[in-house]
Amino acid sequence: MDLAASILSGNRLALARLLTQVENHTPEGRQALDLLFPHTGHAHLVGVTGAPGTGKSSLVNQLALFYRRQAGKRVGIIAVDPTSPFTGGAVLGDRVRMRDLAGDPQVFIRSMASRGSLGGLAHTTSALAQVLDAAGFEIILVETVGAGQAEVDIARLAHTTLVVEAPGLGDDIQAIKAGILEIADVLVVNKADHPGVENAERALRGMLELAHPVRRVFRRHGQAVTVEAPPPAGEPVWLPPILRTVATEDKGIVELAAAIDRHAGFLRQGGDWARRERARLESETEMLLQEALNSRFRAGIPQGKYEMLMARVMERRLSPWEAARVLLDGRQA
Amino acid sequence: MSDRQIRILVAKPGLDGHDRGAKVVARALRDAGMEVIYTGLRQTPEMIAEAALQEDVDAVGLSILSGAHMALVPRVLELLKANGQEQVKVFLGGIIPDEDLPRLRQMGVTGIYGPGASTEDIVRDVRAAIPG
Repeated sequence: MDLAASILSGNRLALARLLTQVENHTPEGRQALDLLFPHTGHAHLVGVTGAPGTGKSSLVNQLALFYRRQAGKRVGIIAVDPTSPFTGGAVLGDRVRMRDLAGDPQVFIRSMASRGSLGGLAHTTSALAQVLDAAGFEIILVETVGAGQAEVDIARLAHTTLVVEAPGLGDDIQAIKAGILEIADVLVVNKADHPGVENAERALRGMLELAHPVRRVFRRHGQAVTVEAPPPAGEPVWLPPILRTVATEDKGIVELAAAIDRHAGFLRQGGDWARRERARLESETEMLLQEALNSRFRAGIPQGKYEMLMARVMERRLSPWEAARVLLDGRQA
Repeated sequence: MSDRQIRILVAKPGLDGHDRGAKVVARALRDAGMEVIYTGLRQTPEMIAEAALQEDVDAVGLSILSGAHMALVPRVLELLKANGQEQVKVFLGGIIPDEDLPRLRQMGVTGIYGPGASTEDIVRDVRAAIPG
């Protein structure tokens, strides 16, 4: 039986092997992806991102337990950890916090190394999520590398993105920097039993009020003046809720799962679900196209020409812009 | 273009809480360019076999200092086989008495490392045991 058919019939070993094939860019892996693609589009992809040590893995563990016990849903988990840029090796340790999920055949956890990709995911994370989707996992939790200021890739992949913070990690200015907080559909202050939780939440709320148009009331010369935010163009706006959790004690998880569910409902109701799907599939197609064009183009550059041009760039006789133009025009340098 | 990466599960079955050795080996394998899935303390053989399956690893490294290796190792091997993963190599570190070595090797354990073993030897053996 071929790989794709085994996966559709629920074979876990075949699933694990295909994930490896896809990660390793083998022709068999690509072929199976093509065959499985018509079976995708059913899962709710939930991204979990945030700085290292905020408790992402523990949250994923508790959420998965909730979806199993309360909702009876099949849960796939992809946990990404960084690859060493020096050796190409990686220690993937997210399973340490997910031991409660062992022994449940309706849960599938896969650890992934980022393999040189920046942005918090690996190049093939999206493809792995599609395989799990085709295999019938209804909720797919994708945990990013813990970095914290630029992992916007997850927002492109996931339908719902959770940004996890913890008390005492940074001052208010961290919250107003651009980047990670803007991608949040749900903000989670984990470790909410630690001191400083009010400050962390206040900083996030302040940031949200700046970013999202809400009705605000100012006091001017003692009189309340309401400043109306510009009305959104005819459509309801999703305001990211801020939720407190203590993942290790299973506190706040029910509320978090409810918020994730509300977000999915919001996306489906307003047509945003389809818009996000389209943006994701489009950026994926675009990325594949770029890779293919680039490697085809590079294959056509005569032996030694690239090295010769680079040597001249190093001598400061040619600028990188000129070098790129020479390559594109196919001129002699 | 295919970029095959060696994937190894490092696990600590049984009830002793000494994971220094397992972490040192995990680190050494990482530095040798492998992807190491580290699962932490007090894993049952069932948990180890399940993780090996989901992660599609090439080898499993077990660290056992409790003396329970003659019970735990055969069980892990049996479960791997039952899952269709008989090709997965198993290596072992910890406190293993000399008289147990022949039987463990006979069961199919590819390498056994006691205190003082060099991480270079472990890396070399693991690499050699994994085809292609």
